[in-house]
Amino acid sequence: MIKLSHIEKTYEGPDGPVPALKGIDLTIEKGEIYGIIGLSGAGKSTLIRCINMLERPTSGKVIVDGQDLTEMDAAQLREARKNIGMIFQHFNLLSSATVYDNVAFPLRLAKMPEDKIREKVEPLLALVSLSDKANQYPSQLSGGQKQRVGIARALASEPKVLLSDEATSALDPQTTKAILQLIRDINKKLGLTVVIITHEMQVIKDICDKVAVIENGVIVEQGPVLDVFVTPKQPITKDFISVLMSNELPVAFRDAEISQEPFEGAQLLVRLTFLGESADDPVIAGLIRKFPIEVSILYGNLDHIKDTPYGRLLIGITGQQSDIDAAMEYLRQRDLRIEFIGYAEKKYLHA
Amino acid sequence: MDSNITPLLVTALSETIRMVVVSMLAATIVGIPIGVLLVTTAKHQILECVPFNRVLASIINAVRSIPFIILMVAIIPFTRLVAGTSIGTNAAMVPLTIAAIPFIARQVETSLKEVPYGLIEAALSMGATPLQIIRRVYLPEAMPGIVAQLTTVVIALVGASAMAGTIGGGGLGDLAIRYGYQRFRPDVMIATILVLLVLVQLIQFSGNLLAKRLDKK
Ligand SMILES: Nc1ncnc2c1ncn2[C@@H]1O[C@H](COP(=O)(O)OP(=O)(O)OP(=O)(O)O)[C@@H](O)[C@H]1O
Ligand SMILES: [Mg+2]
Repeated sequence: MIKLSHIEKTYEGPDGPVPALKGIDLTIEKGEIYGIIGLSGAGKSTLIRCINMLERPTSGKVIVDGQDLTEMDAAQLREARKNIGMIFQHFNLLSSATVYDNVAFPLRLAKMPEDKIREKVEPLLALVSLSDKANQYPSQLSGGQKQRVGIARALASEPKVLLSDEATSALDPQTTKAILQLIRDINKKLGLTVVIITHEMQVIKDICDKVAVIENGVIVEQGPVLDVFVTPKQPITKDFISVLMSNELPVAFRDAEISQEPFEGAQLLVRLTFLGESADDPVIAGLIRKFPIEVSILYGNLDHIKDTPYGRLLIGITGQQSDIDAAMEYLRQRDLRIEFIGYAEKKYLHA
Repeated sequence: MDSNITPLLVTALSETIRMVVVSMLAATIVGIPIGVLLVTTAKHQILECVPFNRVLASIINAVRSIPFIILMVAIIPFTRLVAGTSIGTNAAMVPLTIAAIPFIARQVETSLKEVPYGLIEAALSMGATPLQIIRRVYLPEAMPGIVAQLTTVVIALVGASAMAGTIGGGGLGDLAIRYGYQRFRPDVMIATILVLLVLVQLIQFSGNLLAKRLDKK
């Protein structure tokens, strides 16, 4: 649906050229929710604005729905943009127009007759649960309601693509969840392709199918969200994920020396990651039943990545070395990811 | 107070109103598009054309820097061409209009600049043409500000029209000078000042009211 090839964008800053994008290649399939995450200044906004040519790339091709936007003249581009809805961090609603008129705005641009407009706007307002606010002005709405108006407006011209530049960054966590849920519903209902820019991994985790991590104008890592979450490769990706899932050891082990070799009084620390079906597998029960070892659960949590259950468990194993080795072998054969941390001795904290 | 002041005042007031209304209308019709062009042809704007923008801005500044009294005299040949005469109420409207145009253009520019660029981008992302953006985004969004600014221009025009009156333009200024000053009629002078005071208050009040009505922020 969207194909970016070798996109480069250099701004002319006051102190010389600023390279914001340095050769971006990205393919987004139809119906996907694609997340792009990066730190401030990484080039996320520049990238998403290249998709609808609000920013013209210095070089490279932007193909949306089979059409190369970089080759179009102004009139063709205006037509093509009606296929690409966009929502913004600061909503960008007309303060002088009611909710109804804001949603009707793109249709009036297209010179649609008023009765047709009404037929389109009313169901859209219902979709975003704002039918009762049709005659209010944006200043009378909450942030979440404003963004819902933004979404309804972006959908009015029946676009195939929805671009979202930090659309939830100005909202509180609950409202963020509700807006993301709405975007997800629309994606399912309308088969819309969605591109989401964010600096929060939570957003990626909640609704994206795929993710690209952008750093200094380069995509450093990309793939299905599950893969990137379970096996992040780049340090920056790990940083983003660690915000959601701490890799720190429990306090009792935090200052402990971690050895790769067993020693007297130490336990073997292992981190287990369960995904999807395997989250239901009674691994720990099996472990204890099959081997004469002690297993203590040091930390655990259960979560979802989009719709996939996802669990993490930190366990400490003590027992005969041969039994421990056999237990590890047993774990390796299960459908889960194990991370061998090492041997450490628990420190008892005194108040 | 002399009873024959009233008809004098009524005539003078209606002349002033006519001068202000006509020159304001004419200046607004020209000034708003110029204000729009000042904003939209600037760098990174929807009709970006920097050389044009520079030239336009210099012309505006040049006209604005001429004191009204000098402008009035300097353009007498032009006034004669347009109004057929260089004295009287109709003639006074010409310099008033010319003086108000750059004033309005700058005021409109200031108001339009306050429209967040995000709104323009949102409209662009929906495939709006530059003309649609001006008509459906810039002007309605800036309207409360424009109304407030234009109120100031109207009041300035009342003042300028009084000045125009002194060179035979009629209106309240003319009345005050001819009767209040030259014929030493303090009652006329005071009455004129009172009428002007009320007129300006009324304009300011209605301007504020309208701007407030329009403002949905
Ligand atoms: N109009 C511009 N002129 C010059 N430099 C720009 C312009 N817009 C962006 N940049 C620069 O390009 C780089 C990327 O900016 P961009 O806005 O794409 O970052 P971002 O990832 O969206 O950041 P944020 O999370 O803060 O929104 C930054 O270094 C920024 O300073
Ligand atoms: Mg940004």
